[in-house]
Parts: sequence; structure tokens; C-alpha cells
Amino acid sequence: MTFSEFAIATIIKILVILGVISAMAGFGTYLERKVLAFMQRRLGPMHVGPYGLLQVLADGIKLFTKEDIVPQNTVKPIFMIAPIISAATAFIALAAVPLLPEFTVFGITVHPIVADINVGILFVLGLMASGLFGPLLAGMASANKWGLLGAARTVIQLLSYEVVTGLSILAPLMLVGSLSLIDINNYQAGGFAEWIVWKQPVAFVLFLIAGFAETNRTPFDLLEHEAEIVSGYATEYSGMRWGMFFIGEYANMITLGFLASLVFLGGFNDWGFIPGGLAIILKVSFIFFFFLWTRAAWPHVRPDQLMWLCWKVLMPIAVLNVVVTGFVLMM
Amino acid sequence: MIETIAFYTFSAVTIVMFWIVVSSKNALYSMSALAAGMITISGFFFLLDADFLGVVQIIVYTGAVMALYAFGMMFFDTTREVKENIRAPKLVFLLSGLTALILVIAFAAPMVSDHIKAFYPMVEGVQNPQAVGIVLFTKYLVPFEVAAVMLLVAMIAGIILAGKKMDESLTLKIEEEFQEKGSK
Repeated sequence: MTFSEFAIATIIKILVILGVISAMAGFGTYLERKVLAFMQRRLGPMHVGPYGLLQVLADGIKLFTKEDIVPQNTVKPIFMIAPIISAATAFIALAAVPLLPEFTVFGITVHPIVADINVGILFVLGLMASGLFGPLLAGMASANKWGLLGAARTVIQLLSYEVVTGLSILAPLMLVGSLSLIDINNYQAGGFAEWIVWKQPVAFVLFLIAGFAETNRTPFDLLEHEAEIVSGYATEYSGMRWGMFFIGEYANMITLGFLASLVFLGGFNDWGFIPGGLAIILKVSFIFFFFLWTRAAWPHVRPDQLMWLCWKVLMPIAVLNVVVTGFVLMM
Repeated sequence: MIETIAFYTFSAVTIVMFWIVVSSKNALYSMSALAAGMITISGFFFLLDADFLGVVQIIVYTGAVMALYAFGMMFFDTTREVKENIRAPKLVFLLSGLTALILVIAFAAPMVSDHIKAFYPMVEGVQNPQAVGIVLFTKYLVPFEVAAVMLLVAMIAGIILAGKKMDESLTLKIEEEFQEKGSK
């Protein structure tokens, strides 16, 4: 493949992933409202289009046409950059994720991954962690006490969950012996019984719990907890800048779904009679639904409870898990 | 060709970012520029095919700079300019400039005289993390272990210094104080 072919293929992949994932992120907001409504015996959005399906479009028009307010006394450049950091890092993280198995269109074999680097999983986790610079900068730049509290909680959250994510993912990586997401996927090629979740159930649970903190979803959505700190880091934001934080959040949820299915749930290998491409979409959808389910079922926690949970409960369990895995591997 | 363009872009961005870090009077600008500079440095690692080190650069400095932000939040109003009290600006400029110059000469000299060569060149077929691991656990085993012990000592010291009242929850304590005041 020549350089120009490579460049064109990469640009097409980037545009397709950007388009599809942001559309899915938008549709995710609709799904979230419908699922929450169903669990709370309400109807949810019903008025725009059949079953409220066009609500996403209406929300989009509202967000794009709303006035972009930058309040007085803010640090303007940082205030304006912060939402872009949030959305951009979420999409850059997707660059190293193999989204589907290889397939052929018009005689061209397509690898649905933008950059196949051999440390894929670390890259994705690192980028998702640096995505928290978005809320942090937003809160600190907006000259608002609620914003500042939201920013302080961002720091707490990052410092709490990052250790747990790293240690929980370490045990499966020790089994596979590679950091490349494609190698991890191929390790589980033997079918349902070969899924890493059967060998590492503890790591899977820890990774999911840390994932809730990473995407700041409900038990751990301290950054913008309405009942306590108005809207946290996003208090002063409006219009599209506000929307970009949430596109980033939903894109991160999808990325985390892909990570969990690739590392623990057999990735895009064929699952019985279900072809691999469909199998991974089903798994990601289930994890996305799981996020919404937890939001409906669980109350928020306090920041000190989050720190207590991460440092005193989850981290020792993760360390024990790594040690036990090491001993089992040596024998 | 694209490597050259990427190298000069990353260089320019990094230098501009670190220039902002030292020249800005606003703590928020300085810290954001520091984070951006640290993350653009990872671009050089990716250009040199050292993917692992590039990613480690991102992960480590995200956490480290984040902690720095926390200190910034505690000590400054980050939306205002910090008044700096420098008594002899010329002397400071001279000393720091000289230090920087000496460092640049020290690192550039072997490159100019062409005496730089890799002790442990990359082996074909060995992945990045493995290559780092091989060097760390053979040639540099003693410094690696010493660093590990020192970090452990620092961690234990930190826990002992900070952990005197670890069993009390600050949040609950404040609530109790409120209730005591309310009952009076």
C-alpha cells in the first residue's frame, strides 16, 4: 500500500468513526431517557416523532442554535478550550480500538482500526484519563464556586479510580502477555469457554466499577451532581459547549463498552452462530444498557465514600488478584 | 517526509507551551500549558517508534499534573494573576538561562560529534514493552530495585505523616459539630 492510499484510507476511517460514534452518542441520550423512563414507570420523550425518536434531532437543533455565553471573569481561552478537550480525547481514544473484525468491501480488505499500535489498551486508558482535563479546566476557569467544587471532585475521582483501572486490567494482561487489543482478542478465539471473564471474574467486576468512575456515570457522577453542586463543572456552560462535554461522556461510555467486551467478553470472535461483528455490537449494547440500568437502580455516593471504596476496598482486592494470578501463572 | 513535518510541529508546540509555563502570570495558564507540553512530548516517543514510552508519558503526566492542579486550586485564585515578588529579575534570568544553555550543550555535544550510538538497539520482532523490560531487568536491575525501595520508603513516610487521624471521617465529624452547635 502506498503512502497516499494509506492516508486516504485512514482519513476515511477517521471520518466514518467520528460520524458513527457521535451519532450513536446522540442516540444514546434518547436511549438513556427511554430506559430510565421505563424503569421509573414513565413514558419518557413521546412528542417529537414516533415514540419521541426525533427528540435527538430537536435537542441537536436546540444545542447548535443556542447562544454561546462566555461569562465575565472567566479565564476565556481555557473556558472555551475545555469542552473541546473532553470531546476530542474521547474520540482520539477510539483510534486504537479495533471496532469490528476485518471485512471486505468492493474487493478491499478493511481493518476497522485507525492505528494498530502494539500498546493499544494503555493508549486508550491514558487518553480516557486525560479526558478528565476537560471538566477540571472547565471548573477552574469558570470563576464559579460550584464549578471549582466540580473541578476539585474531578481530581479526587481521577486519583481514586486510575490505580484500580490499571491494577484490574493488569491480571488479564498477564494471562495474554501482550498490550495489543488485537492480540487480546485473538487469545479468546476459542469461543464462549475461552472468555477471559471466566478466568478473571474479579478483575472484570473491578474494571466495570472503575469504569463507572472513569466515565463519571451514576454511582460516581460527583462532578456534576445536581442535588449537591448545581451542575458542577458545567454550571456556567450553555449551548454547544455544554453539549460537547456530554458527547465526550457518551463516546467514553461506548469506548469503555468496547474495551470491556474486547478484554473480558471475547471481543469480536464468532459467538456460536452469531458472527463476530454482530457479537461485539451486542456486547457493547449490553454494557451500555448496564450503565443505564445502574443509573436507575443506585443512589449517588459521597466523594469520601468514593475514595474509601477505591483506596481501601478495590485497590487491595486488585493487588491480591494480581498476586494470585502471578502465582497461578508460575505454577 | 511526514515524520519531519510532525517533528517540527511537535517541537514548535512543545517550546511554545513551555514558554507559556514560565512566562505566564496566571496559574491556570501555566498549569494547562504544562499539561499540554507534557502530552506533546509523547509525540516524539511515538515518532521514534517507542509507543510504550509515549503512552507512559501521557499516563504518568496526566496524573502528576492533575495533582499539581489540586495544589494550584488550594493556594491560588486561579482566575486572577499571581503577584510574583522577584527581587533581582536580571540575575534570575541570567542564572536560569545559563543553566539551560549548559544543559543544551551537554546533550547536543555527542550528537554533533557523532559519538552517540545505542547500547541496546531494538531487536526485530520484540515488542516495545518487552524491550523495555529486558533492559530494565538485566543491565539496570540494581538502579531499578533501588528506585523501587526508595519509592516504598517515601510512600510509607507519606502514609505515616498523613495518617494520624485516618480513622475519623472529616465529613461525618463536621456533621456532628453542626448538630452540637444546633442543639445549644
